[in-house]
Amino acid sequence: MTQMPRIPMQAPAAVAASAKVTPLPPAAERPRRVPHNKRREADAPGVWERIKDHPCYSEEAHHYFARMHVAVAPGCNIQCNYCNRKYDCSNESRPGVVSNRLTPEGAVEKVRDVAARMPQLSVVGVAGPGDGLFQADRTLRTFELLRREMPDLTLCLSTNGLALPDHIDALKALDIGHVTITINYLDPEIGAEIHPWVFHNHRRWRGVEAARILHERQMEGLERATAAGVLVKVNSVLIPGINDDHMAEVNRAVRARGAFLHNVMPLISDPAHGTVFGLDGRRGPTPAELHVVRESLSNDARLMKHCRQCRADAVGMLGEDQCQTVHAGGGCGSAKDDPDAASEAREAWRAVVADSRAAQQTDAERADALVRAVAPAGDDRLVAVCTRGGGRVNLHFGKATEFHVYAVGADGIRFAGIRRADNYCLGGYGESERLDTILSVLEDVSAMVCVKVGAGPRRRLEAAGIACHEDTRLETIETTLADWYAAAVPGSGAARAEAGPA
Amino acid sequence: MAYKIVASQCTQCGACEFECPNGAISMKGEGYVIDAAACTECEGHFDAAQCDAVCPMPGTCVKV
Repeated sequence: MTQMPRIPMQAPAAVAASAKVTPLPPAAERPRRVPHNKRREADAPGVWERIKDHPCYSEEAHHYFARMHVAVAPGCNIQCNYCNRKYDCSNESRPGVVSNRLTPEGAVEKVRDVAARMPQLSVVGVAGPGDGLFQADRTLRTFELLRREMPDLTLCLSTNGLALPDHIDALKALDIGHVTITINYLDPEIGAEIHPWVFHNHRRWRGVEAARILHERQMEGLERATAAGVLVKVNSVLIPGINDDHMAEVNRAVRARGAFLHNVMPLISDPAHGTVFGLDGRRGPTPAELHVVRESLSNDARLMKHCRQCRADAVGMLGEDQCQTVHAGGGCGSAKDDPDAASEAREAWRAVVADSRAAQQTDAERADALVRAVAPAGDDRLVAVCTRGGGRVNLHFGKATEFHVYAVGADGIRFAGIRRADNYCLGGYGESERLDTILSVLEDVSAMVCVKVGAGPRRRLEAAGIACHEDTRLETIETTLADWYAAAVPGSGAARAEAGPA
Repeated sequence: MAYKIVASQCTQCGACEFECPNGAISMKGEGYVIDAAACTECEGHFDAAQCDAVCPMPGTCVKV
């Protein structure tokens, strides 16, 4: 990994102002620039309406909206070597893990309870802990009850695809427009290393034969779901040494079949989880390796990069999990007395978000244009941002439990992914070992932008080649990045302005 | 003869209850149990005992 040069820090606003930036023509005259990951939204205006409140389908929406998973589907029809559903630990965040199993009626009760205290709630999904379509009756019954009681919520389903072709019509009848299929391979030889068996047509199939059945069912399900107008997201677990070289093929195949998004996510593998891969010592990809694979898929690969790989009973904004504080039947009461109040609160929140979004869109376009104008040709660097939501730089370094990574350079400002690490600050003191982890997850990152960072961590970050930039204005991420970039990156902004026009 | 569930290994996922053609499996207290009188080992229904074929924990749905 080559280290980026150290970047001198200067006063951002003043230098940005002195940079030779071509002013933007009026909005009506310039072609609308569409980020590469939003082209589908631009293609079909109706699609934007369907994803704008869904934190998983829209990277932008995840700054504003919350989701919850109801764990009504404990049983599974396949076995995966990265999954072990036997143990539940409340401190774990990974798919397949759950604390309480719910009946459909219990699930509705829980959703009602969460909706009463969380106006940001926009999506309710069934994501296991087994397969949502194995005991499909439970899942469909849950959706039916929710659809009747809270029609404004988006319903969403996650499945391995084995049973999907049998249930397309039922999903369509309930107007389930968002389905995620986990597809890790196309080649059954590779699949056999990931899935030891599947249960299909009343018997257990093993090895390559099992993988072939699963593959065929997944492709059929994907094709039929997209043909039925469902927005299909494909999740793929990136497993170094097994399917990492295969991922480009998977990406091409699922896009060709109409997948709306492809989420390449890292294998979670810890021996303590008791999974086959964990016990075998197979490691997950590092954040930098994951970034390389995602970049290697083409620029228009429709990748989802903000996935937090949440639990089958996760509650809250992506990246936070309130599942331990929510218990069915333990509600504060007000919503049960007045379900309309919760629905009105959600409506009000959507209006607030709509306003904020319009302003942020303008900011983002301006910031993007600024960076493109001042960036030296070919420059492309990764910057880690500390944010607590709302699309703003509004968090201290020490409080960050995850970093939003942006690629900044000649191609403008592009979101590049989320990297998690435990927060450094423990209230008055910092933990050096946590900083080691943070430095390793940020290994290919050249700068870190936050509200404040202490002198100690700043020294260690800078020694590792990561420039630190503090910005206390609580501005949008794009604006903060653009101002910093124009001021601080060698060869851009001030430096070029001083040299005069070429 | 019949099948039984080794309680200490059962994850209570309920897949066996869902697949059992005889409705012989139900939740009793903390875990699932097989009603030996109702269990036919799936003879006449399927080639393999469904509870064992679908159970994610090896050696948990076993012949008595």
